[in-house]
Amino acid sequence: MPSYVAKPTPPNQDKRWKLVDATIRRQGAQQRGLIETLHTVQEAFGYLDEQALRYVAMSLRVPLSRAYGVATFYHFFTLKPAGEHTCVICMGTACYIKGSQHLLDAVQHDLGIGPGETTADKKVSLLTARCLGSCGLAPAVVYDQEVAGKVGTAAVREHLKKWTHA
Amino acid sequence: MTPEELDQIAESEREAQSQFTQRVNVCVAAGCLSCQSQSVKDALDQEVTRRGTKDHCQVKGVGCMGLCSEGPLVSTSNGVLYKKVEASDGAAILDGLDGEPVSRLVCPTDVPFFQRQKKIVLENSGVIDPDRVEDYVAAKGYTALIKALTEMTSREVIDEVTKSGLRGRGGAGYPTGLKWSTVSKSVGTQKYLVCNADEGDPGAFMDRSVLESDPHRVLEGMLIAAYAVGASEGYIYVRAEYPLAIKRLRNAIRQAERIGLLGSNICGTRFSFRLDVRLGAGAFVCGEETALIASVEGKRGTPRPRPPYPAMEGLFGQPTLINNVETFANIAPIIRNGGEWYAGIGTEKSKGTKVFALAGRVENTGLVEVPMGISLREMVFEIGGGIPEGRRFKAVQTGGPSGGCLPADCLDMPVDYESLARAGSIMGSGGMIVMDESSCMVDVAKYFMDFCMTESCGKCIPCRVGTYHMHRILSAIANMNATPEDMKMLEQLCDLLKHTSLCGLGQSAPNPVVSTLRSFAEEYRAHIQDHKCPAGVCGAQSAAVGAGERETA
Repeated sequence: MPSYVAKPTPPNQDKRWKLVDATIRRQGAQQRGLIETLHTVQEAFGYLDEQALRYVAMSLRVPLSRAYGVATFYHFFTLKPAGEHTCVICMGTACYIKGSQHLLDAVQHDLGIGPGETTADKKVSLLTARCLGSCGLAPAVVYDQEVAGKVGTAAVREHLKKWTHA
Repeated sequence: MTPEELDQIAESEREAQSQFTQRVNVCVAAGCLSCQSQSVKDALDQEVTRRGTKDHCQVKGVGCMGLCSEGPLVSTSNGVLYKKVEASDGAAILDGLDGEPVSRLVCPTDVPFFQRQKKIVLENSGVIDPDRVEDYVAAKGYTALIKALTEMTSREVIDEVTKSGLRGRGGAGYPTGLKWSTVSKSVGTQKYLVCNADEGDPGAFMDRSVLESDPHRVLEGMLIAAYAVGASEGYIYVRAEYPLAIKRLRNAIRQAERIGLLGSNICGTRFSFRLDVRLGAGAFVCGEETALIASVEGKRGTPRPRPPYPAMEGLFGQPTLINNVETFANIAPIIRNGGEWYAGIGTEKSKGTKVFALAGRVENTGLVEVPMGISLREMVFEIGGGIPEGRRFKAVQTGGPSGGCLPADCLDMPVDYESLARAGSIMGSGGMIVMDESSCMVDVAKYFMDFCMTESCGKCIPCRVGTYHMHRILSAIANMNATPEDMKMLEQLCDLLKHTSLCGLGQSAPNPVVSTLRSFAEEYRAHIQDHKCPAGVCGAQSAAVGAGERETA
C-alpha cells in the first residue's frame, strides 16, 4: 500500500476542479488514471495548462515530467486554449482522395494560420483530424462539433466568413 | 439474472413490439446524424403524436443501415427504404405506410449493394434500438452468453471458436481460438480482457458503426471471451474522437449491470466480470497491442518488444486477451449457431464474413459486410456501383497506412487474408478506398508516409528516422526534383524499415510505397525523368488552391 500523502488542494476556487477530483477519486487516485484525468481536465477547461498538469501530477503522485510527456504524446490533448470557433478538416484517406487538401489550403490561405493554430483575434482555431469515420460523406468538415459532409472550397470559405465577420 | 428472467424480458419486449402494426426506423448512427437524421426522427415523432396513431405506429432510432452516402436513411415496416429524407418528408412517409411509397425518396434495395451482403456482425444494425437492452434481448441477444455459462465449459467455448476458424479482425488475422487457448493456459493472479476499439486507420469506420449500432453485441462477445479465458476484469479502449460510440457503450454497460449480466456471479454462476471504458487520446500507434496496454495503464503509448506476448504478460504484467471489436461481435452468433456453421462461410483459410468501410471514388459509399472470398471486382463494381462520372478505375487501397494499393489486374483476386498479403497489401481492419485516374500514386504514397512519420512514436530509430527520410524523398519526387539515386535510397529504406522496426507501424510503413512502386512504377518514372505528374495532382501548392476553386465554382 502506498503511504498516505495529503491530497493537494485545487489551484483555485473554480468549481470545475470538483469534476477533476471526482475522476481522480473514481480512479482510486492511482497513477493508471492519468489519461482519464487529463481527459476530464480538457473537457472541463478546454485545454491543459501548467497549473492543471501540476495539480493532476501531484494528485496522482506521478512526476510532472510524466504528466507532461503523456499530455504532449497524444494528439487529442492540447496545451493551448482554442479559439471561439473551431474548424476541423478531416484528412482521412477518403477525404484526401476527394480533395480535402484543397479545403485545407483554402482555409490556411484565408485565415493565414496553419493547422493547430488560432487566429490572432482568437476567433477561429484550425485543426485537422486523422479520420472522423464519416468517410461516406467525404470530404468532411466539423464546424464547432457539427459535422458537415461533401464540403466544397466555396462552402468552407463561406462558413468561415460568417465567423470572422461576426 | 437467470435464463428464465432473460426469457421474460425477451417475451414482454416482443409482446410490446407486436402492439405496433406499423414501424418507421430512422438511422441515428453518426453518418446519418451528420445529415440531420435527428430532426427527421423528431418530425416523425411529432407527426405520429399529432395524428394520434402513437399506439400502433412506432418511430424508432436504429443503427447504421449501410448506405451512408445517401443518408438520412429511413426504413418502414412495409419494406421500403427511403434515402435523403428531410424533416418535412415526415407526413408523406407516414402516408406511405398505408398506401403507395413516396417514389421520389425510395432507395431501391434489389441492387447488389444490399443483395450481395451477408450480415452476421451487422445483423442487428439498422434493426434494433442501440440504446435499449430490451430490444437486443428480444433479438436473441445474450442467449449465447447464457448458453456458454450454463451449458458449456470454458474449454468447450474455446473449442467452438477454434472450430469456427475465426481470425482476428483487427488486421493481422491471428487465429482467435488459438489466442484464447494461450491466455486460458497462462498463469497469473488476475487475467484481463481488452477490446481494441482504437480504430486508427484513416478511412475505416467499421468498429465505430458496430459500437454505435449494436453495443450489446460487443459486450456479449467480451463476456463469453472472459468466461472462456478466465478473465474477471476488462477494458474497452475507444478513440475519444468517437463521442457517440462512447456514449452508447457506456449506456450499454450500465444497462447490462442493471439486469445483472455484468458484475458478480452472473446468471447465478461463479463467473464475475467487471468492464470499464478507457478513452484513447489520438495516437495511431495505440492500435498496436503493447502500446495499447501502456495507454490503458495511463502511460505514453509506446510499444515494447514481444515476446513476452500480452497473452503471457500484458496489462499490469498479467495475462491479457486483446481482440478487436469486430472479432468480439462475431462470437455470439458462433456460440449460438455452432463453429461449424461459421466455418461453412468464406474460403478455406479465411472463414466467415468481413465488414468493410467502402469509400473513395465509388458510387455507393458506406458499410458493407460480405463473405470472405468475394472478388475485388464485385466489391468495387457491383456493391460499390462502379466509378462515378465515367472515370476509369485505378486502384483500391486496403489496410490503411499499413496496407497497399491494388491495381486493376488484381480485381479478380478473392478478398481473403492470404490473397491480399500475396498481392502486397493486407486485409487490415477493413478500410477499402477506391481511387480513380484523378489520384496520383506518388501523392498517395506520400500521404501515407506523412501519416506514418507523424504517428511514429519515436521509440525506435528505424521508424522515427526512416519514415522522415522516406517522406522527404517522396516529397522530392512529388515536387519533380528527385534523382534516380533517391529512388535507390527509397527502396533501401523500404527494406530497412520492414526488417528492423520495433512494431507493426514501422514494419508496415513501407507497404504503400512498395505496392505503388510495384504496380505504378511508370508514374514514379514520369515524375523523376519527365518532371510530369500523369494525374495532374503534384505541383506547386498555389496551383492546388486554384484547382480546388475551379472544381467547386
